[in-house]
Amino acid sequence: MTETTAQHHHAPPRGFLRTHVFSLDHKVIGKQYLDLALVAVCTGMLLSWLMRFHLAWPETPIPGLDKVSPNGAAGGVITPEYYLALMTMHGTIMVFFVLTTAPFAGFGNYFLPIQVGAEDMAFPRINMTSFWVTLLAFLVLVSAFVVGDGPPLSGWTAYAPLSAVGKDAGPGQGVGQTLWAVSITLFCVAQLLGALNFITTTLDLRTKGMSLARMPYATWAWFITSVIGLIAFAVLMPACILLILDRMAGTSFFIPGGLVISDRLQPHSGGSPLLWQHLFWFFGHPEVYIAILPGFGIISQILPVFARKPLLGPRVLISCLIAIAFLSYTVWGHHMFLSGMNPFSATLFSVPTLVITIPATIVTLLWIGTIYGAKLRFTTPALFCLGFVSVFVSGGISGFFLAQPSIDTYLHGTYFVVGHFHFVMGVAAMFGIFAGTYFWAPKMFGRMMNETLGKWHFWLTFIGVYCVFMPMHYLGLAGNVRRYSAFTDDYLKPMIPLHRFITIAALFTGAAQLIFLFNLVRTRLRGPKAPDNPWEATTLEWSTTSPPPFDNFGGRPPVVHHGPNEYGATGAAGDYVMQASPPSARPA
Amino acid sequence: MGKLFAVVVTIIALVSTAIFASHVWWLPVDVSAHGPAIDRQLMETMVTSGVLFVVSQLALAVFAWRYADRKDGRRVKIFPGGAVPMVVFATVLVGAEVLALTFVGSKVWAGIYQTPPDPNSLQVDVQSEQFAFYFRYPGADRTFGPVHPERIDEGSGNFFGLDPANDTTARDDIVVPSLVIPVNRPVSLTLRAKDVGHAFYVPELRIQQDFVPGLTVPLHFTATQTGKFEIVCTQLCGLGHYNMRAYLEVMSQEQFDQWLRERAAEQ
Repeated sequence: MTETTAQHHHAPPRGFLRTHVFSLDHKVIGKQYLDLALVAVCTGMLLSWLMRFHLAWPETPIPGLDKVSPNGAAGGVITPEYYLALMTMHGTIMVFFVLTTAPFAGFGNYFLPIQVGAEDMAFPRINMTSFWVTLLAFLVLVSAFVVGDGPPLSGWTAYAPLSAVGKDAGPGQGVGQTLWAVSITLFCVAQLLGALNFITTTLDLRTKGMSLARMPYATWAWFITSVIGLIAFAVLMPACILLILDRMAGTSFFIPGGLVISDRLQPHSGGSPLLWQHLFWFFGHPEVYIAILPGFGIISQILPVFARKPLLGPRVLISCLIAIAFLSYTVWGHHMFLSGMNPFSATLFSVPTLVITIPATIVTLLWIGTIYGAKLRFTTPALFCLGFVSVFVSGGISGFFLAQPSIDTYLHGTYFVVGHFHFVMGVAAMFGIFAGTYFWAPKMFGRMMNETLGKWHFWLTFIGVYCVFMPMHYLGLAGNVRRYSAFTDDYLKPMIPLHRFITIAALFTGAAQLIFLFNLVRTRLRGPKAPDNPWEATTLEWSTTSPPPFDNFGGRPPVVHHGPNEYGATGAAGDYVMQASPPSARPA
Repeated sequence: MGKLFAVVVTIIALVSTAIFASHVWWLPVDVSAHGPAIDRQLMETMVTSGVLFVVSQLALAVFAWRYADRKDGRRVKIFPGGAVPMVVFATVLVGAEVLALTFVGSKVWAGIYQTPPDPNSLQVDVQSEQFAFYFRYPGADRTFGPVHPERIDEGSGNFFGLDPANDTTARDDIVVPSLVIPVNRPVSLTLRAKDVGHAFYVPELRIQQDFVPGLTVPLHFTATQTGKFEIVCTQLCGLGHYNMRAYLEVMSQEQFDQWLRERAAEQ
């Protein structure tokens, strides 16, 4: 624990560019990450709309699409290769530029320093660099839409040799796939810099009295996520560099000999496609937790605020988060049960995959137990917290099936998997992002979001996501294969009506997000002014003004006397005690 | 608002479960010897996780209904026993379930993937390529001719890269676009990939396995019913992935022998 008595290591900026664009201020950088994620999520969702529409009505032209991609959608009808390109870009954009960028880099950047009582991140220049590199990575990725043969079609997992041999493997596998690999390499660099910054800030810049035990749960989650990210991205980055070398320098890390692609014997030998899978999933499974652990932290912090009582078992929660982080590195092989690796290893990977459900179950029970006996205030962020618990349970439980190799034998590669991961890391993480946005908007923008619009947004989204993703489990049980651009196989044709239902639900649920977008934009422009602590919360960000001044606390670093969990008390100032309240504020 | 949330969550939980239980969308009929064990394990998992799902969602609903802030000045209550019951419940109950599933599941898995194939299995070599499967039977000499990737030629139908001019064992190999097998006889496949990764999936056989470029991957099973089933690719392999399929035809031993003789005569 270090007392931050040193002066702010960079002065308040002057001029528009240094204040709003190339800013060193973690708050501006946090908002930049969130804005990037907003652009990315709109792009990703638009792509999913196109895919869903095509799956339900494959012959119906989509007006204007032929203008966007004359080759991919001649006459407005999506070709099989363009479908796969949309799918690849949807997955990549959502996993990297939304689910990693918003809950971790975005909220983490804005609130981690304030929650520990620091004036900024430990390395503001590195912080700024990591945002601009992330933006560059995003631009490189989306440039694939307009360069060469279009975006790659090998999925967000980019399995070799499909991804490694170049344009022989199909349209988009030339320039498009190279752009993908470069983009992800850049993204990894940015995240590694970000993770180092988060870790150093948490360990070195905590204010007086902010012991680890008093750290808010969101900060704990961002801290643990940084540690996961530091190891995970450090593996994906070299993997992507090796992929680029295979593609451009004639190496054969992932390409074996004797492959004949497009009637051409490939000039490679000695590589292993399984090596890519191991490297990718050694990153890929921890990435699931990079996406969801910040959500765990956000929910654990917000739920007590609106339950008006302390979170049940905070130390148990932190232990579970650490256990999950550790176990997340032992389970990657469950993505590879049927990959051709030694079948004995399936059992080895199955056991930790099943064991990781124990800490996840404990955390879920802690949330449910926190609601017991509460005085719930049903604000929009509270509703998204409750929704988070519900969808996380739904998505987590289907993991029981997929963790068992013998059942995975049937369900692997089907829509059951699509339903599972969309619930558990897509929708649940999004609910965490929504809860965080409604909760922290008053602090970030100094203005309150509209509650009526927020509640409409919640109800339509909550019911909508169940209509979209629960039926995918039924499809998977019936053997409906994923990543198909059309269902021509005889046994798949009976599934088309259910696909149409999912598509209609997806279009409606997507449209409901316009309510959120409208609410967010309106709030930022002219929402009602927010008080400093509208939710009666305890953590340090609520001790300062809304929005906080440049150095977060107006030159007076806070001194912490209490934990973040002091709700349900009968103190003089209400039923809670803020972390920076004087020691005497603790009720009897 | 709490009551509305409770009602919506309850409806979601019950309707979702009812659709699972009604088997409207369910696994197709099983035609494999190992399938019943998989189906049994899937069913056990379905019941236990179904109970967990419904109980957790209902607990959420009940608490949201009961514990809204009614501004009545009541004190909040801590869950009886604090976090201990949660830890005990999760560790003991979920732990026991994990152990049970692992023991039972490992046995099922081992039965399919870790036991050697029956020595009297019918041997079939499978070539996967963008976007088709081809199947090779060894012919009268019961030996497959060696594979030469550089000789693969789609135009002349040399999908495996055989060299009958120099390899005597390749001369009687039978190559066809469908997998035809006799019922109740163990079948042993050798999976090869010509170009990129593919997968072999027959839902009715309850089996799925990747083709890995650079490796030959063994797979064995026994079909217990006659009929015609679809073999589909489940590993993303390029633009025609959605259309990559072949047929599995399971017939009686006599019909199979007859079929094989006719194919041999055509070679």
